[in-house]
Amino acid sequence: MSRRRALFALALVAGTLAVVGLAAPPPRAQGPADVRAAADASAIARGRSLFVSGCSSCHGMDARGRPGRGPSVIGAGAAAADFYLSTGRMPLAEPRDEPTRAPPAYRRSDIRALVAYIAALGGPTIPRVAPQQGRLREGVHAFADHCAGCHQIVGRGGIATGAVAPPLQEATPTQIAEAVRIGPYVMPRFSERQIDAQTLDDLVRYVRSTRHPDDRGGWGIGNLGPVPEGMVAWLLAGVALLIVARLIGERTS
Amino acid sequence: MRRLWRLLLALVLVWRRRDAAPPGPPPDPSSRDTRPRPRAERVAAAALAIAGAFGVAFAVLFVVRPDTQLLGLALGVALALLAFALVLAGKRIVPQEIAVEERPELVREEDEAATAQAVAESGEGVSRRRLLGAAAGMAGAGLGAALIVPISALGPNVADRIDHTPWRDGVGLAYEDGRPVLADDVESRALITAFPTGADPRELGSPVVVVRVPVTELDLPARRQGWAPEGLLAFSKICTHAGCAVGLYRAPLYEPTSRGPALVCPCHYSTFDVRRGAEVIFGPAGRPLPQLPLRIAPDRRLLAAGGMSGSIGPAWWSVKR
Repeated sequence: MSRRRALFALALVAGTLAVVGLAAPPPRAQGPADVRAAADASAIARGRSLFVSGCSSCHGMDARGRPGRGPSVIGAGAAAADFYLSTGRMPLAEPRDEPTRAPPAYRRSDIRALVAYIAALGGPTIPRVAPQQGRLREGVHAFADHCAGCHQIVGRGGIATGAVAPPLQEATPTQIAEAVRIGPYVMPRFSERQIDAQTLDDLVRYVRSTRHPDDRGGWGIGNLGPVPEGMVAWLLAGVALLIVARLIGERTS
Repeated sequence: MRRLWRLLLALVLVWRRRDAAPPGPPPDPSSRDTRPRPRAERVAAAALAIAGAFGVAFAVLFVVRPDTQLLGLALGVALALLAFALVLAGKRIVPQEIAVEERPELVREEDEAATAQAVAESGEGVSRRRLLGAAAGMAGAGLGAALIVPISALGPNVADRIDHTPWRDGVGLAYEDGRPVLADDVESRALITAFPTGADPRELGSPVVVVRVPVTELDLPARRQGWAPEGLLAFSKICTHAGCAVGLYRAPLYEPTSRGPALVCPCHYSTFDVRRGAEVIFGPAGRPLPQLPLRIAPDRRLLAAGGMSGSIGPAWWSVKR
C-alpha cells in the first residue's frame, strides 16, 4: 500500500513538474540566435550518439528501421520519442515484447538529447496540454467515446486481443496527450479533427481525476466495477447475515 | 483476511460446543415463567440507549462530516444494537408461556348427510355417454381451430424487415452531431464512428465504424472489389455475437512486432480482421461484421454505395450471412 502511495506521490510530483514546466514561459534566448542553434546542434549530436549506441540495433544506424525488428523513426517526431522514453517503454529488451510502463532507462538530459535528435528527423512536436483549463464533464464524455472501450471508464486499464491497455493513473498530462496524438503500439491515434486541443485538455483533466475517484458509494474496491463489489456483498455480507440468522434463531430438540 | 477466517472458525467451534451440550429435561408446556430478570432488562435498556446514541451520531456525522464509512458504521451499530435488544426482550424479558387454544367442532352430522344426498342427486342429471360425447366435440373444435388459425400468419417473409437498415446507395456518412464525414478525416490508424445522414442514429443498423488501411494491403472477397475506395472500410458497429458496440481498434504502429489491424468488441473480445472484410479471427462471434460499400463524392464526402452486406446484430437462429 505504501509503495502504491509512493508511486502516486511520485506521479503527482512528476505531473506537477510537467504542468509547471509547460505553464512557465518558454526560456528566452540569452545570446544571439546562433548560440541557441549551436546548443541545439550539440544536443542533436549527443542524441545521435546515444541513438547509435542504444537504439540502432532495432531502429537502424540511420534511424530508418530494420525489417522485422523495429520501424523507422524518421517522421516519428518529438512526441513519440518523448512518450516512449519518458514512460520507460523504450528501449525494449526484445523487439517482439509489448512495450509497457517502466522506470525510464535514460536520465532526463539524455532523453532531451534523444528527443532533439528524433525531432530533427521531422514529425509532430510534443503536444501542449493545459488540464487546468479542461472541463471535467466534457472530458468524461470524450473519454467514454474514444478511450473507455479499452482503458475502462475509470482508466484502470483492460485488454484488447493481443495487447494490454495500461492503467492511466501514472501518466503525466503530457504523456496522455502524446499517446492520444501518436497512438503507441496498437492504440489508434486521434487527430485534431477527432479530438481538438480543447477536448484534449478536457480528456486529460478527466484522466488525472481518476487517480482520486470520489468513491461516493463507499470504498472503491479497485474501481473495477460491479464484479468485485458483488463478491464483497455476497461473500462477506452474506456470511455475516447467515451467522446472525443462526444466532438469533431458536431451535428445540 | 486471516484474522477474519480465525474469527469465523472460532464462531463455528462455539456453536459445535453448544450443540454437543446434553439436552436438559423438556420444559413443561403449561408453566408460566414470570420471574423478574433485572439483569436482562438492564442490558436491553442499555443496548437501546446506545443504539439511540449511535442514531444521533449518524445524524450529527451526516451534517458535520459526511464520510460514507463512518455513516455506515454508525447506522449499522445502531441497527445491530436495536436488533440485539429486541432479541433479548423476546427471549428473556417477555413472559414465556405455551398455551393451548380450544378449537370449535369441525364435523356436524346433519350437514354431512345433506351434502352426501346433494352429491348423489347431481350425478343423475347428465348421462356418462352424452357428457363424453360433448367433451370430445369441444376438443375436436379447439384442436381444429388451433390447426387452421396459423394459416393467417403465412404472409410476406419477415427477412426483409430484419435486414432493413437506413443505408442505401448515396446515403451520406455523418458524425454524431450531423457534420458529414470527409474521406480525408479518416487517417490511417484512426477509428471513426459514423451514422447515416437523416436517419435515426439509435436504429441498430445505423452506426458504422470507418477505418483506413493501405490499398495494397486489402484482401477483400472477390465480390467486394471496389467497396473500399482509397482503402476506406466501413463495417457495422454492432458485434455479430451479442450485439455490443464494437469500440476497440487494434491499430499496430509496427506490424512485424505486434498484431495486424483488427476491430475488437469489448464485451467478449471477438476480433475482426479489417483487411479481410472483418473475418472473425478470435472470439465467440459466428460471422463477420456486415460491411458497408463506400464511395467518395466529388466534394470528398463519404457516401454509401449500397446496402449492408449482411444482417445486423447478433447471430441468432440461422442468421449466418
